Amino acid sequence: MIINHPHLGPRDAAEFVYLGDASLIDRPDWQAEDAAEKFYEYGYLRDNPAGLHQELWYHEQGDRSWLVVTRDTLTHEISKVELARDVARARGRSK
Amino acid sequence: MTQVNRIKGGQVDRDTTLDFTFNGKTMQGHPGDTLASALLANGQRLVGRSFKYHRPRGILTAGSEEPNALVHLRTGAHLESNTRATVAELYDGLSATSQNHRGSLEFDLMAITDMLSPFLSAGFYYKTFMWPKSFWEKVYEPAIRKSAGLGSLSMLEDPDSYDKGFLHCDLLVIGAGPAGLSAALTAGRSGARVILADEDFAIGGRLNAETMEVDGMAGADWAMQAVSELAAMDNVRLMTRTTVYGAYDHGIYGALERCTDHLASSGGKPRQILWRIYSRRAVLAAGATERPIAFGNNDRPGIMLAGAVRTYANRYGVTPGQQLAVFTNNDDGWRTAADLATKGVSVKAIIDTRDAPAVMDVPGARHIRNAAVLNTTGRKGLKSITLTDDQVIDVDCLAVSGGWSPNVHLTCHQRGRPEWREDICAFVPGRELPPGMAVAGAAGGAMTLAAALSEGRDLANAQIRDLGFKASRKAAPKAEDEPRECSAFWHVRQTKNRAWLDQQNDVTVKDVKQAYREGFRSVEHLKRYTTLGMATDQGKTANIPALAIMAECTGKSLQDTGTTIFRPPYTPIPLGALGGRARGKDFRPTRLTPSHEWASANGATFVEVGNWLRAQWFARPGEKGWRDSVDREVEMTRASVGICDVTTLGKIDVQGKDAAEFLNKIYANAFGKLAVGKVRYGLMLREDGICYDDGTAARMSENHFVMTTTTANAVLVFRRMEFARQCLWPDMDVHLISTTDGWAQFAVAGPNARNLLRKVVDEKHDLSNEAFPFMGCGEISVCGGTPARLFRISFSGELAYEVAVPARYGNAMMAALMQAGEEFDAVPYGTEALGVMRIEKGHAAGNELNGQTTALNLGLGGMVSKKKDCIGNILSERPEMNREDAIRLVGFQPVNKAEKLTAGAHFITKGDEANMDNDQGWMTSVAYSPNLGHSIGLGFIKRGHARMGETLRAVSPVHGTEVEVEIVSAHFIDPEGERLRA
Repeated sequence: MIINHPHLGPRDAAEFVYLGDASLIDRPDWQAEDAAEKFYEYGYLRDNPAGLHQELWYHEQGDRSWLVVTRDTLTHEISKVELARDVARARGRSK
Repeated sequence: MTQVNRIKGGQVDRDTTLDFTFNGKTMQGHPGDTLASALLANGQRLVGRSFKYHRPRGILTAGSEEPNALVHLRTGAHLESNTRATVAELYDGLSATSQNHRGSLEFDLMAITDMLSPFLSAGFYYKTFMWPKSFWEKVYEPAIRKSAGLGSLSMLEDPDSYDKGFLHCDLLVIGAGPAGLSAALTAGRSGARVILADEDFAIGGRLNAETMEVDGMAGADWAMQAVSELAAMDNVRLMTRTTVYGAYDHGIYGALERCTDHLASSGGKPRQILWRIYSRRAVLAAGATERPIAFGNNDRPGIMLAGAVRTYANRYGVTPGQQLAVFTNNDDGWRTAADLATKGVSVKAIIDTRDAPAVMDVPGARHIRNAAVLNTTGRKGLKSITLTDDQVIDVDCLAVSGGWSPNVHLTCHQRGRPEWREDICAFVPGRELPPGMAVAGAAGGAMTLAAALSEGRDLANAQIRDLGFKASRKAAPKAEDEPRECSAFWHVRQTKNRAWLDQQNDVTVKDVKQAYREGFRSVEHLKRYTTLGMATDQGKTANIPALAIMAECTGKSLQDTGTTIFRPPYTPIPLGALGGRARGKDFRPTRLTPSHEWASANGATFVEVGNWLRAQWFARPGEKGWRDSVDREVEMTRASVGICDVTTLGKIDVQGKDAAEFLNKIYANAFGKLAVGKVRYGLMLREDGICYDDGTAARMSENHFVMTTTTANAVLVFRRMEFARQCLWPDMDVHLISTTDGWAQFAVAGPNARNLLRKVVDEKHDLSNEAFPFMGCGEISVCGGTPARLFRISFSGELAYEVAVPARYGNAMMAALMQAGEEFDAVPYGTEALGVMRIEKGHAAGNELNGQTTALNLGLGGMVSKKKDCIGNILSERPEMNREDAIRLVGFQPVNKAEKLTAGAHFITKGDEANMDNDQGWMTSVAYSPNLGHSIGLGFIKRGHARMGETLRAVSPVHGTEVEVEIVSAHFIDPEGERLRA
């Protein structure tokens, strides 16, 4: 597979490490009343879509960027690659 | 033996004669021959014994699809089994032997299995060898393995080397037959970067095997001309002997180049190169494979595919026989008759299954229409054929054509499914191709030469136009559309004898019908039940006729019957090529510690720790075993001072305004208020609340921390921290650098540690207990100005420091420390002594931080802060992880001090049976404590902290040991920590 890195252009998938579902960005609020339940869902529940999937890849043999890759699990077509930091900010994460 | 079957013509170099041996017999051939063509030239029809029934077998094909002619090539460690004689190039001195027989090839003792065939039908081993069950492993399987099978291995290490390589191109053209050449020429002329790859050593594909003309010249000559034009283009890479074996994601193709297989010796060069080709577009021009027709005893040596017979005659100047007949269901088979007759070979008959007029004029041959071959004779070579009308014709070669199947393999590697085309009686690529791929020529169902040439041009133009290149206006090379009518005729129903479909796996028409009757009707079940289409040829010739017979049984169409899934590789890839250079010690990199040189020179025994080589102990003369050395290192360290290279621990530089707050998130214990110049032990949890890693973090300045991780988790912790930094808290002002390799670090431990360091550390730095207390840290200089860092931390429990210098000074630093330590009798210690001392001190390490244990289990429950947001603290509060009877880390010692403890032993109450129900925990780490003079251990046991002094049994059924042990504190040495703070 080839991942089109936003900074570095097309790079071979062998340079990356795969983590999994990009929902791992959405770490729950530790002070919420139902924090335990939310952390359980965050830790253990994943969708398993046949089709578009947002997932986290780490450019370990490169610039150490975490990326959010939108990949079709049926065809392996990659339609979008973003810096995970940008995605995290867009989802409201900060400090 | 002379080359009795060599005839005029062909592309072999007759001016040079090559000697080779087959089963020890010397024969001759010429450059340009394959082993198969040379064997046939020498009249050698019998070349092997079949997989299951040990039937005598000959050469069926002239290409990589060969099911039968598999040989052991070369000798000794260079021996390679299952080499297809049809693609092995002849070289002077080649040595080949036949496979799968006991005794000689001519008189195979195992041929008796052929007579037992009624008992050995499809699935026989599932039925026959069911019981007694215990017999399978010891009796049945070894016996079956011995009698069935293909080649055998040399059992010696492969002396050849293999490489891997990467290539990039705009257009990859797979196959250099007419369609591929036309495509490559078109794209090459436009300036696109083109790779043209073909598995053959000669470019041209079927053009070399046919007598057809292109642009008014012989096809083979036109191919030569195309090669010279392509070779002159800088933007084109021609790769012969290169099989593109797989189509992977995003335009990546796998290819195997056989660099020196055609030479007597590789001369030290890599034997093969495994290429990864990155293409923007691809044209698949892989051609088609001819398939046989099934009839009685159709597996005798001398019965070959018609296209192959033509190849041997036209390309190699070899006739496979002197008296030939052709059996065909299509027009193409006639070409064999015509070509061989033109070369003066006696063609006695053309048996066409169709009731149709002659396709072409073949002098001397009878045209027998609406007929078929029923049976044959000739045990070790064809003697005669019997037709459906009972007439017998004496021939020594029968050329069979059941039509051609497009080589759709690579179109299916991304789940594409082929579609049946009735008009050409063949599966063609489905609509869903791997992205970027177009299929030209026979591979796509364009079965005539003219169509292949024009499709190659047109598709290459379309592909490069998409990439922004200008299309070539030059017309496609001219050729005629040869007759290509075919019919769907798969097997001769009237035959009562065994009719073979898959000769490599000995699968017959009867086996397919039996699979149908027994319910194995889906093509995937059929394959697994009968072994149809398995092994080295993957049924390239056999599958389609067998599927057609299954379709007949089920009454379904071939489209609905479908094919089994095509998976890479197209042809077998040696494991050596997949491994490349990554074998033996080169399997992974070796990391050496900065003091490796010093350690080597001072008697270190090394141990692999991940990629690292670490000193395990330093033996001294007179020491009888490793324990002598380790005990001494521990004793001398605790008595005076010891030095250990601890560089392998992960080091991460954390900087930024939010560095402290960031570490507060990463570690379960609090870090926000750590004072500058102080170090703190840090415990990391996983988000699920289980312990992940531990280490220390030293605050060098307000915004600068230096932290350590365990050796094993150095890479993983860094990865996780980058995740936290970028994905969880993206606006924190914090940056990370891995400095594991940047700093050499040494533990200096023991009562004389300070005294030793005073001699090394520059005088301006005050090392007194007041100025530099336990858990202090600072930037210092050593040896007269060398920058260094000093941390007063202790893994051994002694007064101890870790001193870090830039890695390039590491070896010198070790020497300097040892020199300074001479007056204290300083000792270097290795990982074993390190382990003993940490067990004596009760520190957790990898055995305890095993991915299953919590802070509570480790006795560190109080460290997990509930007042801050950090990874893992929420889920660490789950009730099940905080049970009152949770396991706790405690110490163990044998009641009888002479007894030895065993790591992995489980704790059982005295009187209870040693089983899982009574299991109370397990021993994680054990060591002999030279200070206590007996074996000690750490372990987890339920409510351990409340059971001090209790005795029970440590049982290890695996080791056969059982020891009565007492629960004690995990801190065997200096439980009050007075030494640390001295």
